[in-house]
Amino acid sequence: MQKWRSGLKLALSPERVKEILPRILDALLPVLAVLAALVIGAIMLLILGANPIEAFGALVEGAFGSTNALAETAVKATPLLLVGLGICIAFRGNVTNIGGEGQMMIGAILATAVGLVLPGWPAWVVIPLAMLGGFVGGAFWGAIPGALKAYLNVNEILSTVMMNAIAVQVMNFLLNGPMIDPEQLERASRIPQTAPLDNAFRLARWVPTRLHAGAAIAVVLAFFVYILLWRTTLGYRIRAVGLNRDAARYAGINVPRHIVMALLLSGAFAGLAGAVQVYGLNYRMITDGSATGFTGSAGFNGIVAALFGQLHPIGTIPASFFFGALLVGAQKLQRVMQVPSAFVIALNGLVVVFVVSSELWRLRRQRQRMARAASEIEETPPSAGEKGVA
Amino acid sequence: MNDSNFFNLVVGILASGIRLATPYLYASIGETFGQRSGILNLGVEGQMLLGAFAAFYVTLRTGSLWLGVLAAIIVGAFMGLSMAFVSVNLQAKQGISGIGFYLFGLGMSDLLFKKLMGTVETVSGFPSLDIPWLSDIPVLGELFFRHNAMVYIAYALVPISWFVMNKTTFGLKIRAVGENPEAADSLGVNVALVRYVTVILGGILSGVAGASLSIALLNVFQQGMTAGLGFIAVALVYFGGWRMWRVLLGALLFSMVNALQLRLQVEGIPIPSHIMVMLPYILTILVLVLTVQRVRGPSALTKPFQREG
Repeated sequence: MQKWRSGLKLALSPERVKEILPRILDALLPVLAVLAALVIGAIMLLILGANPIEAFGALVEGAFGSTNALAETAVKATPLLLVGLGICIAFRGNVTNIGGEGQMMIGAILATAVGLVLPGWPAWVVIPLAMLGGFVGGAFWGAIPGALKAYLNVNEILSTVMMNAIAVQVMNFLLNGPMIDPEQLERASRIPQTAPLDNAFRLARWVPTRLHAGAAIAVVLAFFVYILLWRTTLGYRIRAVGLNRDAARYAGINVPRHIVMALLLSGAFAGLAGAVQVYGLNYRMITDGSATGFTGSAGFNGIVAALFGQLHPIGTIPASFFFGALLVGAQKLQRVMQVPSAFVIALNGLVVVFVVSSELWRLRRQRQRMARAASEIEETPPSAGEKGVA
Repeated sequence: MNDSNFFNLVVGILASGIRLATPYLYASIGETFGQRSGILNLGVEGQMLLGAFAAFYVTLRTGSLWLGVLAAIIVGAFMGLSMAFVSVNLQAKQGISGIGFYLFGLGMSDLLFKKLMGTVETVSGFPSLDIPWLSDIPVLGELFFRHNAMVYIAYALVPISWFVMNKTTFGLKIRAVGENPEAADSLGVNVALVRYVTVILGGILSGVAGASLSIALLNVFQQGMTAGLGFIAVALVYFGGWRMWRVLLGALLFSMVNALQLRLQVEGIPIPSHIMVMLPYILTILVLVLTVQRVRGPSALTKPFQREG
């Protein structure tokens, strides 16, 4: 008991608190930013004539109210997490990948093609191959703007947005033409979708919900990305290039190559997200003709989730779950309160703005800490300094 | 197809290309002002969508096209003000905050559309304003003098903005703030104020760009109707090397490709329409590759300014 008390005293000693408090505040900043965005969202709801408390209540119930609701939230969170993992890699390398949408589509196209050309093959061959296809498709679509950025200095934000628009047309072309479900050709409806995949190729599912193995794959990969970024040379180099390109170059790092790698890997994870959507959820590739018909904007929302997760792969796990909940809750919001689900897109935009704006306070405190540390070094007597050098 | 038919076809494509350049012009000119002062606003697409909706809805309800334009101006100014606050005062990363504003505009315009209108409606947009005498000149009349008011204003903005940017004290301040804010500040220029003005102006012009789509060119509002046009407008600023006349050239290049693409679809050329729709986006990337090499942008672009103190 005595020991425990003194331990507590030590933990709460002013020095300890001084040391830990800033870290807690830093971690809380994005949460505060999201809360601020939610407040604005509440005002928007009021203007729309919906009671914000009831609306957020419906949102929470829709997202967490039952086992099935929770499973749906995890289903929606899965592509956000996979895209978000890629965003962590890109943004840590200081390249802004807005191309998650297009990378998802190309990845899904390749993954679907794998399943369609190998019918009857064993699932343990086809599923890994298809995931690889998604990985490669997304990597290819990310590597193009990566190479343009690294070797030709083309702004990657603009090129990835353009790659999204091109991917939409590639997808619409393929799903309306070469890859269209033969059954749809005979019907008048002509829904842009491929033929269904073999039943054997479906990812395992937790019946009766729609929760599939893709969610587990995504969580495991989050730890892989953590190891990649902080425990491997490649990750170290990508982060070094992201922090300071000149310093990285002087240290002998091939800067252009690692810019390409950052975007390539980022795209690969988005491509995987596309593949997982096909093999875990729809069992065929299907769209509705609109730009976000296949992705459901996951390529954009993954950016939001990663930012909220502080560009940390592990932090992106709960962040994705949170935004998955927003998406599922929004459907309930639409059913019960007639608030169009576009509300959540607007809300996500606000979250992005607030989270990047909140960075100011973190940087400001970081600067103060560094200034304090610098002044402490100046105060130490010169003899100590000499000892340090020796 | 005989020769005179082909000639008419070409004139038709050129005339519609000149008309289609309108939204690019408004948005790109506005973006040029912002970037010249050091602020990269990537939310143009969102500002356009909100402007397009505001203009369309107000016109639908009041019957007044100019009130519609005014609504787009107000909405655009407000969006510009928010962007300016976030990038000047809060020093947020402009590339990402702009995407946030894009998502906000995308969702908000769709939300308002579904809540206030629900179904796609049409308005009779700005009528064609034929310039007396000049519009009767063969060919030239059709090309240049039979457009609506929004088209004429867009083209008039090019020399006006060139003049403001290059021949006025305010233009000099904009360029100074974008090149070297520290030096401008030491000479007594209010860096924050200049950036606020240019970004709000950019927001206004993006709003008007949206209005030119919804009440002058297409006369409908649909969710996400800009289809990347706002991002292309940002790319055009790079293409134009931050100079108004070259931005005009870029806008014309894009609208001509678009006009050609649309006409080829109407004529039933056996190229899949999806491939045709891709063209402007591929062209944007090519154009970025070709132009980024030779022009240097404003030195302080995307760099927040903070007084040492």
